[in-house]
Amino acid sequence: MLAVRGLTKQFGATLAVAGVDLDVAAGESVGLVGPNGAGKTTLFNCVFGQVRPDAGTVELDGHDIGRLPTWRRARLGIGRTYQRLEVFPELAVRDHLVVALRVHHRGARLWRDLLGLGAPTREELAEVDSVLDAVGLSDRADVPVAALGLGACRLVELARAVVTKPRLLLADEPSSGLDEHETGELARLLRSLQLARGMGMLLVEHDLAMVEAVVDRVVVMDLGRVVASGSFHEVMGARAVRRAYLGAP
Amino acid sequence: MEQLLGFAVPGVPYGCAYAVFAVGLVLTYQTTGVFNVGYGAQAYVSAFVFAWLVEDHAWPVWAAFVCAVVIVGPGLGLALDRFLFRRIPSSNTTAKIVTGLSLLVGIPALLPVVFGNQNLVGAPSIVFNPDTVYFHLGADVPVNGIYLSAVLLTVVMLVVLVLLLRTTRLGLEMRAAVESPRLLELEGVNARRVTATAWAVCGLMAGLAGVLLAPTEVTVQAQDYVTLMVAAIAAAAIAALRSMPVAAVVAVLIGVVSLTAQGYLPTSSFWYSAALPAFPFLVLVGALLFVPGLRHLDEAKDPLSSVDPPPPPPAARARRREVDRLVRTGFFVLLFAFVASMLTWMPPTWETVMNQGMAYSVVFLSVTLLTGTAGQLSLAQATLAGIAAFTAGQLAHHLGLDFLLGGALGAVAASLVAGLLAIASLRLRGLGLALMTLAAALLFDVAIFPAQAVSGGTGGITLKPGWLPLNLFAPNGHAYFLVVLLVLVLCTGGVALVQRGTVGRFLTAMRGSELGAAGVGVNLPWQRVLAFTLSGALAGMGGALLAIQQTVIAPGEFNYQLSLAFVVIVVTTGVGTVEGAIQAGIGLVVVQQLMQYAPQRLQGLTFVLFALGALAYAAHPEGIVELEKRRWTERAERVLTRRRRAPATPAVTGRP
Repeated sequence: MLAVRGLTKQFGATLAVAGVDLDVAAGESVGLVGPNGAGKTTLFNCVFGQVRPDAGTVELDGHDIGRLPTWRRARLGIGRTYQRLEVFPELAVRDHLVVALRVHHRGARLWRDLLGLGAPTREELAEVDSVLDAVGLSDRADVPVAALGLGACRLVELARAVVTKPRLLLADEPSSGLDEHETGELARLLRSLQLARGMGMLLVEHDLAMVEAVVDRVVVMDLGRVVASGSFHEVMGARAVRRAYLGAP
Repeated sequence: MEQLLGFAVPGVPYGCAYAVFAVGLVLTYQTTGVFNVGYGAQAYVSAFVFAWLVEDHAWPVWAAFVCAVVIVGPGLGLALDRFLFRRIPSSNTTAKIVTGLSLLVGIPALLPVVFGNQNLVGAPSIVFNPDTVYFHLGADVPVNGIYLSAVLLTVVMLVVLVLLLRTTRLGLEMRAAVESPRLLELEGVNARRVTATAWAVCGLMAGLAGVLLAPTEVTVQAQDYVTLMVAAIAAAAIAALRSMPVAAVVAVLIGVVSLTAQGYLPTSSFWYSAALPAFPFLVLVGALLFVPGLRHLDEAKDPLSSVDPPPPPPAARARRREVDRLVRTGFFVLLFAFVASMLTWMPPTWETVMNQGMAYSVVFLSVTLLTGTAGQLSLAQATLAGIAAFTAGQLAHHLGLDFLLGGALGAVAASLVAGLLAIASLRLRGLGLALMTLAAALLFDVAIFPAQAVSGGTGGITLKPGWLPLNLFAPNGHAYFLVVLLVLVLCTGGVALVQRGTVGRFLTAMRGSELGAAGVGVNLPWQRVLAFTLSGALAGMGGALLAIQQTVIAPGEFNYQLSLAFVVIVVTTGVGTVEGAIQAGIGLVVVQQLMQYAPQRLQGLTFVLFALGALAYAAHPEGIVELEKRRWTERAERVLTRRRRAPATPAVTGRP
């Protein structure tokens, strides 16, 4: 489904991503791990269109999406959560999901708003509420996100990303700032949503226990290059990975 | 060559004056993180105090200098930090700009009130004698004290500030405090003290600039300092608000090129009358479009910025159902009483005042939609209002078109201009966007509105009764009231519906997080263009209504200062809700009218009052009216809760 070929990005003298190839099949969960500065987030941003690569291609279902802006990639079925929260503080939890749904249903019409027809429909509310139920936010659906804690905000981002039924979910360090218990809960939730909805997932994560719980396959990056790829246990035993993490010979 | 030098050299002091302010802007931005458009007003305060002490109180020049520059300048800087900018979260660009604007609007209006309507003439020079020619460049280009003072001041200031920022520990701490005061505190540095010092230094520099530039003009006037700011902003923008030497060089070049071109261009040509005055603004537009550094000015750099508490939700959204019902009923009762009063007993003077207030409210709704909902700051709303008014005037004058129909077409023209402005600014955010709209407003002010074909010259267009149906000019006929009421109700309802609808949700999402909104597929460029276009239409409709009310459409009625004041006024009352716009419009004209009964000296207080109100924006970004509404709502809810609890208590305690 997602095919990245020869992706390269340089910032000044720093080669952040150097000719990376990466594939994510439909319904597959892939973990992208590596030490700080490995180029994971830059690769992520290139896939999602927030950074323009210097070279290489990004294809979704065989179509080159490398020149599309972020919002168009999102409409093609890529969802994303962020390491640093990107929620809409003044909107209620439910409205976050309504915004996402309306975008994908092409439901924004000025004339409808001016005629007072802009409120969410019963079907939309049912869809939104089912996702809120799945992530455990039903009781806070009408609370402005500004009033929520970090853990709940991460769930809002996740719910907002999955409500549109994306084919590929890019999850960028979703456990960042969460404690061990919250991380475990989030890992279970991510995996169950990914399997239930049959979506592909690319997970960037430092917490290796979470990676092990969530992914089918792991890709390890170091200094902008892919140094290992395979199942979690295969990759963790690889010499290149130990060298990347521990500096071992 | 002699001729070129003769034209270029007089441009040097102008360029140096721009440079002093441009360097000050970069310094303030680098050391406090604030693009302080009120810097010119700060300089004006010191210049005013200096000239006032010397002229009116016969203080020695050195004592007046110490008081104005060493005490008043840093004191004002410290006060700005303590009472205003310290309260603004580092990531809130809009609050910073609006607070600077309120200083720019409020301080020049406040000084004449405090000191009486002073006309201070001929502030003394403290360096070189302005009347002495010290030497000649070439054969006959005289260099007098003004030239030497300007160059000396610029060079000394530049060297001192560059050394301060780049080679001292304090300079490093100041820059770190801008990035993240909280992280700096984790390193054991008192970030508040560092920021306060930065504001004191900036205040000192503003004071020094003000006092040293005062002798270059015949009288000490706020307008001169505000005008200097415009060219200074262009130079600072070219330097991407980073490099003080680049800002200084560009500023000097702007001065020299302007004066040189002025010398060569025929005075009767278009280039002389329109393009030359617009030169600094064209430089600013060029910088905003082509200097990449300006596109990322507002990116949050503070990793700990998320610990700032979010603004509270509007009272209308947070209140309980019973209170909401009460408020809505009260609103309709008040509306009915207002309409009945206007149609029966209201004296003509106050009917006119209220009509004008409602027309302003329509313009202010454009700020509500654009800034309050979409989070985009435009400093050209009065310009858009003027575009509609002049369009309607010209259509009536040349084609005999009904002014109301012309006003509607004018609103379309204003929305098109706003849309084009949005398209041109698609790469800009926050501060960059605000500056782009300011540049557009200034371009219209100096190059387009004064043109004979647009406004009929400086006298403007006088409306003729034949252009208007329904006898709209008759003060007691109420026709104008009914028309403006209808437009206001439609616009208010329209904006409220948009805010509650899908487009409103998209715009609110965009205001909350552009990255997050794009990430779910919101087409940000389109949403921005849409917000600007709708806002332009609203401003245009208000402008046409204002034109009918004023009966004369003159270029000065829609200048950039009015745009700045509009933003300040709406933000003061509450930019997030449609009620805020109506309260702003009515409040402005009522305060203005009440000031007519005050002593002459206090009549300039209207804008000061609103500017002071906008200063509260730092602590309460929802606006002071919105703040009070929330407080009263909470009080009402407490009363309701108490009443309800009394009988309910036994039932609750009786449970097992």
